[in-house]
Amino acid sequence: MDIYSKRKYLIIGLFSLTAVIIIIRLFTIQVLDPSYKISAENNVLRRVVNFPARGLIYDRNGKLMVFNQAAYDVLITPREMKAFDTLAFCRIVGVEKEELAKEIKTARSYSMYKPSPIIKQLSSQTYAVLQEQLFKYPGFFIQARTLRQFPSKMAAHVMGFIGEVNQKDIDANKYYESGDYTGQSGIEKTYEAELRGVKGISYMMVDVHNMPKGSFEQGRLDTAAVIGKNLTSTLNADLQSYGERLLSGKVGSIVAIEPETGEILVLASSPTFDPGLFIGRERSKNYAKLLIDPYKPMVNRAVNSSYPPGSTFKIANALIGLEEGVLQTVRFSCQGKGSSPIKCTHNHETPLGLISAIRESCNAFFWQAFRTEINHYPTPAEGLEAFRNYLLDMGIGKKIGGDIFSETSGNIPTISYYDKYFGSGRWNALTIRSLSIGQGELLLTPLQLSNMVSLIANRGYYITPHLVRSIQDYDGTQRVLHFDKHKVDGGLENYEMIVQGMEQVVETGTARSTAKIDSVIICGKTGTIQNPHGEAHSAFVAFGPMINPKIAIAVYIENGVWGARYASPIASLIIEKYLRGKIAPKRQHFEDAMFNSDLISTMKVDTGD
Amino acid sequence: MKTHNNIWLNLDWITVFLYLVLVLLGWANIYAAVYSDEHQSIFDMGQRYGKQLIWIIAGVILAILVLTVDSKFFAAFAYHIYLITILLLVAVLFLGKEVNGARAWFEIGNVALQPAELGKFATNLAIAKCISQFDFKIQKLRSYLILGALIGIPSILIIMQNDTGSALVFAVFVFVFYREGLNGMVLFWGFAAGALFILSLILSEFQLLLFLLTISVAAYGVLRQNIKEALIGFFGIAGTFGLIWLIDTILGLGGTPFQLLLITTAIIAFLFIGYGIINHIRQVWRIFLFFIFAIGISMSVNYFYKNVLITHQRNRIDEVLGIKTDKLGAGYNVNQSKIAIGSGGITGKGFLQGTQTKYNFVPEQSTDFIFCTVGEEWGFVGSTVVVGMFLLMLIRLITLAERQRSQFSRVYGYGVACILFFHIAINVSMTIGLAPVIGIPLPFFSYGGSSLWAFTILLFIFLRLDASRTENLR
Repeated sequence: MDIYSKRKYLIIGLFSLTAVIIIIRLFTIQVLDPSYKISAENNVLRRVVNFPARGLIYDRNGKLMVFNQAAYDVLITPREMKAFDTLAFCRIVGVEKEELAKEIKTARSYSMYKPSPIIKQLSSQTYAVLQEQLFKYPGFFIQARTLRQFPSKMAAHVMGFIGEVNQKDIDANKYYESGDYTGQSGIEKTYEAELRGVKGISYMMVDVHNMPKGSFEQGRLDTAAVIGKNLTSTLNADLQSYGERLLSGKVGSIVAIEPETGEILVLASSPTFDPGLFIGRERSKNYAKLLIDPYKPMVNRAVNSSYPPGSTFKIANALIGLEEGVLQTVRFSCQGKGSSPIKCTHNHETPLGLISAIRESCNAFFWQAFRTEINHYPTPAEGLEAFRNYLLDMGIGKKIGGDIFSETSGNIPTISYYDKYFGSGRWNALTIRSLSIGQGELLLTPLQLSNMVSLIANRGYYITPHLVRSIQDYDGTQRVLHFDKHKVDGGLENYEMIVQGMEQVVETGTARSTAKIDSVIICGKTGTIQNPHGEAHSAFVAFGPMINPKIAIAVYIENGVWGARYASPIASLIIEKYLRGKIAPKRQHFEDAMFNSDLISTMKVDTGD
Repeated sequence: MKTHNNIWLNLDWITVFLYLVLVLLGWANIYAAVYSDEHQSIFDMGQRYGKQLIWIIAGVILAILVLTVDSKFFAAFAYHIYLITILLLVAVLFLGKEVNGARAWFEIGNVALQPAELGKFATNLAIAKCISQFDFKIQKLRSYLILGALIGIPSILIIMQNDTGSALVFAVFVFVFYREGLNGMVLFWGFAAGALFILSLILSEFQLLLFLLTISVAAYGVLRQNIKEALIGFFGIAGTFGLIWLIDTILGLGGTPFQLLLITTAIIAFLFIGYGIINHIRQVWRIFLFFIFAIGISMSVNYFYKNVLITHQRNRIDEVLGIKTDKLGAGYNVNQSKIAIGSGGITGKGFLQGTQTKYNFVPEQSTDFIFCTVGEEWGFVGSTVVVGMFLLMLIRLITLAERQRSQFSRVYGYGVACILFFHIAINVSMTIGLAPVIGIPLPFFSYGGSSLWAFTILLFIFLRLDASRTENLR
């Protein structure tokens, strides 16, 4: 019919040839080559995540503070599950049948093909039993991970805890997958990247009986887990634990710093909680319980609460006056209870100079000092601005910004705040006089107080306070972390004047009966902070020894009546313990009193807050 | 009434039967692929097999509708249908719903429509219409250009939708043109270029050059029917190469083998052309041109491969050629699919007994990888039967095409056979690692309404034309 009709044979030939090639290939892989059948026997390719052990945390003397314990999660792949003896399974792992059914339902609705954890953090004993029985439960498998353990229940706020990542964490960092753990507070969060290490992934072939049959592709695709790095904290575990005992029964906090290095020796907040509550299967229940506790044990009061500093703030006020050059030689008069506009609560000579004023915590003096400082500038606004900048320089009223989790910045009122409150140009030193004695809108964290003392102890600088001293690299070397040194201008003689005043506070002044210890000269300053909601707060800042200081400390006890009542004994006991190793017999009654005092049960709880 | 009877009488029931069997087998395999204990009813409309049943029924209704249309309609409106389809392909680029980065679907209520599927039979109609014109001579350059445009426009529009697989289908029309008188050399060079493409990817530069030299010398020998000259050529090349290698070693120049062979080639080419000129041998030029052409192709392959192809396309080609394997990445589907098919053995594991497909190891197992279920549950025997049935249908279609009185129907019939062939060959080959993974469905088998209806319309238009095969359509 047409000349090309023979070409149909070529096309039919091409079709047939292709079919033959396909059939030969099918014959090869289906009949001749046994390797695919073997692959099918090992038919389940399972992606197993190897969770690396998290880095350990030591105290400054090498004492272990946080370590790991093995625990096991049970995961299911719903599609692979077959009917199984639920009762027997529940008996082994120790869960209620209803709970198991609920978890399986959740897993099914998440995905039929992807594994989801249904039972978390089994102990190794339970794991051992379940592992032997696992062949009875197709679709079930076990993944190991490590839990955090705390040898002593201290420094819960500092160490923090770990918990499962949420969607936000996963979105923010591709490393995380659902079910991973991450540091959620404290050092665990700040140093998450160092502590967590790197997950390893291995691909296992698992047969129809749920038994591992070896690695996929001889492990070529597997990646090894890298364990987390160990940290050495700056904390002194013994002192920390002593501090926490001293705080028992009280609401408050202690921050102690080694002035020369900025290393935090003690960072305690009370009431505290048992970090062990956040491990294991009871975690969420315990967490909820702690959240509704009216005393808010999860709040780290040392860094996350800010208070009016009261008379302890007179140190900062004095330093500003000295730097402005207005307090060196000046003497102000005091009419005691008759002083105006702020009355003085102590009996002492008048007129008096700066050193005596610190010793006597003279309100009248510091009001006049403040007025002089503010009025040293053309307008009150400029005066306040200068005053504020001095404070910011000292690390007050801003986040100090080391490695401390959940730090708050505190508050120094600004010009615009007063402008709004009183009207622009309608306020002056007198209007804002409460600043002079550390009351009113002024709010500091105990950490900032402690750092302020550290600055005085160093006579002119502070190192950003921090909680981790070094990170252990994989070759075993300790990489010491660097933190910035902040110089605060002011001549050495200015600092020495304040130091002298603080020395006299303890020798002969407001803390003479509570803070003085044998053979070490301590410099301190008390603070009693009026509290409209109840008893006054008790504060004390100190450092010691006077020459070559080794420790700077701030103690703040809510509703602690007055500075010398609780705060100064606690601070001096810690200094004594740290510098002398033990408490002199004549001071042991302080220790007993602190251990046994109970302010909490009589305290009016402000739950509305 | 009389013509209506004729249609059912003249209808090729063999093809209809094969169609129905394949569609139902596909449905059963989708059921097996998606099967789970919770949803056991094959009529569960919430599951894929339930939906597929609806689409099969709709497909049959569609087929009947197509059969009731007058056969002259398709020839008369071929270009109109083609134009409407092109418009739809353009429109989908702007108005389509974006799925996985591709704008290939119109969504009308619950039904998703893919114009690319319509493109196949519309283009086929247009080509049939074009070739069957009185004055059409396929050997003319103008004809090449027209046919190229008919194929090229929809292909480019489909590539713009990011559906390269569907666009590749259009290449298969070259067989239709061949049947209608296209110079066989075009096919030959096409295959040669394809082979070179693969070789330039697999072989190193040195091996490729060596291969081309050998082929050239052998071709020369064949063209001249002179073994002696060919042998001299071989030894000449070997000797020159040995000499240059020796010089390189003595002087310590450290040239790579490829560089040495390149110098050898230059010298030999020079001598060869000189020899040809002196002895007035015309074949020398042909061989030389072939050699240059081959070198040009293999160089452009590398450019095309590195700069035009997207990473995942490159990976899929690498996988098939065994250049690199990545059993968790690009090769995962294919590896799992081979395990599923391979584990079927001779007779298979039985209906619903497949473990590989059950555990969902093979992604896309109800769509592009549906053949895995066949391989695993029905084994070598079942797979061969399915492949055999497809082959039978293709041969039947060619036979039907050859018995057409009008060229229009014949061209269209060849188009149907070739389009089906491309889909079947590529789809099955990719599940057993013979072809790179190109996302095209297995006709009548794969889950999905759009493709089932498109293949049904494609096929039944031809059956309608065949039922009136005595008419002369243009």
